[in-house]
Amino acid sequence: MKSKRFEVLSNKPVNKDGFVKEWPEVGLIAMNSPYDPKPSIKIVNGLVTELDGKCREDFDMIDQFIADYAIDLANAEKVMAMDSKQIAKMCVDINVPRAELVKLTTAMTPAKVVEVIGEMNVLEMMMTLTKMRARKTPSNQCHVTNLRDNPVQIAADAAEAALRGFDEQETTVGIVRYAPFNALSLLVGAQVGRPGILTQCAVEEATELILGMRGFTAYAETVSVYGTEQVFIDGDDTPWSKAFLASAYASRGLKMRYTSGTGSEVLMGNAEKRSMLYLEARCIYITKGAGVQGLQNGSISCIGVPGAVPSGIRAVLGENCITTMLDLEVASGNDQTFSHSDMRRTARTLMQMIPGTDFIFSGYSATPNYDNMFAGSNFDAEDFDDYNVLQRDLKVDGGLKPVREEEVVKVRNKAAKVIQGVFKALDLPEITEAEVEAATYAHGSKDMPDRNVVEDLKAAEAMMARGVTGVDIVKAVKKAGYDDIAESLLGMMKLRVSGDHLHTSAIIDSNFHVISAVNDTNDYMGPGTGYQMSEERWNEVKSIPNAIDASDFE
Amino acid sequence: MQINENVIKSIIEEVIANLNNENGVAASSCAVEGDGRLVLTPVGNAEVGKRKDEVVIGVAPAFGLTQTKTITKIPHVDVLRELMAGIEEEGLKPRVVRVIKTSDVSLMAHHAATLSGSGIGIGIQSKGTTVIHQKDLVPLSNVELFPQAPLLDLNIYRAIGRNAAKYAKGESPNPVPTMNDQMARPKYQAIAALLHIKETEHVVLGAKSQDLKVEFK
Repeated sequence: MKSKRFEVLSNKPVNKDGFVKEWPEVGLIAMNSPYDPKPSIKIVNGLVTELDGKCREDFDMIDQFIADYAIDLANAEKVMAMDSKQIAKMCVDINVPRAELVKLTTAMTPAKVVEVIGEMNVLEMMMTLTKMRARKTPSNQCHVTNLRDNPVQIAADAAEAALRGFDEQETTVGIVRYAPFNALSLLVGAQVGRPGILTQCAVEEATELILGMRGFTAYAETVSVYGTEQVFIDGDDTPWSKAFLASAYASRGLKMRYTSGTGSEVLMGNAEKRSMLYLEARCIYITKGAGVQGLQNGSISCIGVPGAVPSGIRAVLGENCITTMLDLEVASGNDQTFSHSDMRRTARTLMQMIPGTDFIFSGYSATPNYDNMFAGSNFDAEDFDDYNVLQRDLKVDGGLKPVREEEVVKVRNKAAKVIQGVFKALDLPEITEAEVEAATYAHGSKDMPDRNVVEDLKAAEAMMARGVTGVDIVKAVKKAGYDDIAESLLGMMKLRVSGDHLHTSAIIDSNFHVISAVNDTNDYMGPGTGYQMSEERWNEVKSIPNAIDASDFE
Repeated sequence: MQINENVIKSIIEEVIANLNNENGVAASSCAVEGDGRLVLTPVGNAEVGKRKDEVVIGVAPAFGLTQTKTITKIPHVDVLRELMAGIEEEGLKPRVVRVIKTSDVSLMAHHAATLSGSGIGIGIQSKGTTVIHQKDLVPLSNVELFPQAPLLDLNIYRAIGRNAAKYAKGESPNPVPTMNDQMARPKYQAIAALLHIKETEHVVLGAKSQDLKVEFK
């Protein structure tokens, strides 16, 4: 006989997820591996001669980069001598200010910081995240993509996402050659939703850099760093080449952050027997050493790997914590499908949503997941109402707000019309009235008419070949008759000259003021301190359209 | 098209006949699907091809050796046959090489493209992940990328072969429709990690790629 209860259980969504047992010998272990190195440092005449049990002559390039650039050596010996549990206690102690802690946490080695995190449970890590994140005000980022790379739909979805509250927006492609159109549509559409939205297009690094330099994007994120030397080599890179790329962005006034995450090295088959969290710590240190302001982590596209092993989601929260402890901006993941189970995916997101991070999602899918070309996000457009209610239930600022259908329709329609005008002004393939109409009311690409892909790809290539830049896009919007949007886009281009948004954790408000860790420093020290939702913001969060008012009943 | 199908049909018949001869038993019609054996024999270092009408398929270090099926258990013999048939359908010549120096699909595909007389190459990992590449692109870019191996079936492998051949002829084909299943990751990613770890154990850094004689037995 088969148990009927077990039959019911075996059909639950959670049992469609893949789970594997730990295998420390190949690095298939989340944290606290028996093969992880023990913390140590030796400094002779200002030079690190030993790092986490390895002598300088045995350093690989990552060790060398970290030892030479990523650790505050002035305090290092003192901090390394401290008890890790003591430092962990200080992280959760509301009486120890962030500014004091940063002096300690930036003066330890990767193995040491992993040991500190290893002392904490998830509640303590959430406390650490609340206190240690760089910007006081939490924020959110979304993905805007679709299965057919339809530019009109991207513009409309970008505008709606901006209205819903996402401060940063990211697109990518199904077909690489569509990248210029996707970047263009996102840039324009987002500004229709609200002025000051930062946009990016995640593609291969050289293309991404060109798009940025040309003014098609405002920031970059898809600059990946890895925790083992071989994975770097497979990517034809070194920490130095990545640092060079980062400075190329900075030199042109483009915001940028790196990307890394637990599980990538083991997924690529080169984990050198280390735990996922230890290898991720090395990535975070590379970011710090390169002088980059922030990092997208939280496993990201490899979430299925830590998600499949014991304590994996705890390790993912741990990597977010380490990022903030190194005084970096954190865009904290939650951006990839992780589980078939609604319970599991919500629990995983609460780890970042409740404490608040610089960007709780580094890609909430602003489209239905079938259109998400990052292979699906943990939350998608069909979860908007759930997310808004979670904010309202818990009085937590997750960065979004409830919106009304008529305002969404209006803003989508305007974005579709603006991109239609831009395509015309730039002599790109026509966007028809039917497409504008479809994009206005669409949920996803299944609601959109097909475009001539071959024509689009040729036009995108030709547009890049004739040297179109952000300024040409501003002119095109102006020519199309949308002076307000042209003004916003010009504001985005001006940012590139001032560079104020290159400070840590920067977002831009609708008046083009920069909000960053510099002028909005996180000063959390217990109840009543740190980020507090304003009355205005709370009213916004509270006002879900389907809440019944007592006065509706006589 | 018609002629090519006939050619393929006759090849399949020949394969069945060979099978029957070897095993001395009457093979059922479905024997071709799964029971066919793939024999890949190295015949020397792979050099840059001179034929403009070739597409190089770079297979990963463990392909058809220690691993013989993709992540969804499609036999490598069938996958390779479809890729090659797709190329042949367009009148071009497939050349199969084993890449040993890397198991990274993009690097494999780019390397295959640099070996290819037409400049177009295909890279395929044992778990099934596939890329079409062109020699003048940077390695981590691609012409077409099929990252979600669990969604690839034999029809798609055939279409990949066909499109690679069309690029090699200088045409601009419609890309093979992109498949997207957001739930492939939670189900398969950890297994993909295991398979890739096992593949990467066979990488020999700096090793030369080998031309392979391909036999479907």
